[in-house]
Amino acid sequence: MSQRGGRSSMPLGLLALAAFIALLLALSVGSASLSIAQLWAVAQGQGELLASTLVWELRLPRALSAFAVGGLLAVAGALMQVLLRNPLADPYVLGLSGGASIGALAAMLAGLGSLLVSSAAFAGALFSTLLVFGLAHGRGGWTPARLLLTGVVVASGWGAVITLMLAMSPAERLPGMLYWLMGDLSYARAPWPPLFLLLAVSLVLMPLGRSLNVLARGAPQAAALGVNVRPLEWGIYILASLLTAAAVTTAGSIGFVGLVVPHMLRLLLGNDQRLILPACALAGGTLLVLADTLARTMIAPEQLPVGVITALLGVPTFLFLLHRSR
Amino acid sequence: MSILSTQQLVVDVPNRPGGTPLNLAIQPGQVWGVLGPNGAGKTTLLHTLAGLRAPRSGSVHLNKTPLVSLRRRQIAQILGIVFQERMDSFPATVLETALIGRHPFLSAWQRESSADYALAEQALARLDIASLNERLVSTLSGGERQRVALATVLTQAPAIWLVDEPTNHLDLRHQSAVMALMAEQAASGRSVVMCLHDLNLAARWCDQILLLYPNGEARWGPRSELLVTDVLEPLYNQRLAVAEIDGAPVFVPVHQRA
Repeated sequence: MSQRGGRSSMPLGLLALAAFIALLLALSVGSASLSIAQLWAVAQGQGELLASTLVWELRLPRALSAFAVGGLLAVAGALMQVLLRNPLADPYVLGLSGGASIGALAAMLAGLGSLLVSSAAFAGALFSTLLVFGLAHGRGGWTPARLLLTGVVVASGWGAVITLMLAMSPAERLPGMLYWLMGDLSYARAPWPPLFLLLAVSLVLMPLGRSLNVLARGAPQAAALGVNVRPLEWGIYILASLLTAAAVTTAGSIGFVGLVVPHMLRLLLGNDQRLILPACALAGGTLLVLADTLARTMIAPEQLPVGVITALLGVPTFLFLLHRSR
Repeated sequence: MSILSTQQLVVDVPNRPGGTPLNLAIQPGQVWGVLGPNGAGKTTLLHTLAGLRAPRSGSVHLNKTPLVSLRRRQIAQILGIVFQERMDSFPATVLETALIGRHPFLSAWQRESSADYALAEQALARLDIASLNERLVSTLSGGERQRVALATVLTQAPAIWLVDEPTNHLDLRHQSAVMALMAEQAASGRSVVMCLHDLNLAARWCDQILLLYPNGEARWGPRSELLVTDVLEPLYNQRLAVAEIDGAPVFVPVHQRA
């Protein structure tokens, strides 16, 4: 079970391969299915016009957005779990996604531009983090029950505020409602900013992995072994909020990816953050690409919001973890 | 030349106003036993000496440098602490747990080398748990976990050991083995400060004693002056009988009927 030296390259290689296959699947499956040969032709610029438009303008941006959002949410979840020393932490369950949604929604209703919408989502996520952690901390430490209750209550509060904002907004905006409450990739057209953020954050986290391993054993133990706990914890707060905000502005609030993916990876690979964090980026992306492909084909021609699929996976996982922790 | 010293140190125990300012000078090779009833502030003192908790007043010095002006990493290269309470929220193997003792000595990009693994394995072998290397810590008994915690600090190999209740959860044989390990550390020029409840272990293994009273008063000095019934009975508010075995005093509480 122990990982000596560079043994982490094999699992990461396999996960990268799985990600590639999932992306191919997402490109080929749909209203008109495309064979590998057709995809190859499109990639070389020789395909039919219809296939070409389908791949370059619809399926590829959507699949890459799904990959980026899944990776961001899984890494955000893994970071919050280390921060709280609790495998149940997840940006959706703890209300970060809700806070980000409200920030983004308020900025959109005010008619602000996309950069300000993203900033407002970040501010909303950060505010929600501070609110939950501040309230749950109270006197003494974070007990899992207290933290979860605080997070779930704050999240349902955000849900009510989102519904209120939507009810007061013009009727033509209502179809977007599910988007902010449940998460949906149908509107995702710009995959590059979240993909770039995912890559940048994965690089930033690389040298911090061993410190995070020590931090996972509690703040006093980490400080005793030379970790500067306060700056590291603040850095993770801010990073987790930023990742959540980027995911939410791309695809609304998709739940449970940050819970399911780190949990599965820990079962398979142990809990070395130097391996788990990049593995989360790859596996979270893969999971959401597959979930979104399922969401748009399962009841075709109708499309499900992908949040439905992740909730179907995530709720049993969450209940299992909660049951086991007692 | 003391390696760890305090100047007019008053630890910050909640809801306790005063306290004797501590002027301790802990030398290489010494084994200090910190004794006192529950709630006297033994753990708080240990955490303050490690720089994990700010004192109410006064200061702690490591090799003449104030602790507050050192970075955590510099402190961790010299000083190790075994906590009484530990958290394992995530699964980790025994070997991984011992290996984190090398954290203060590795740079951010460095991975543990085979030399680091060898140190951790030696430490586990020294604590008689080499056979548990691949086991998850969460599956171990209390005494085994206690020895994993000691092995982590042995892997860290600090010049100063701060140990909160080293013999917690340990059976008699391992109590003795762990105290012998502490003595061995001191004999090789390191310093050991440990909180103890067992007076007889203190009498057998410590050469310096620090007594902490519930009201914040403190006394310290050589074992021979302080480990006597006249001093210990008021400390614990408990009558004691004393015998002598192998030249060391053995204290037994005497039950008083009301």
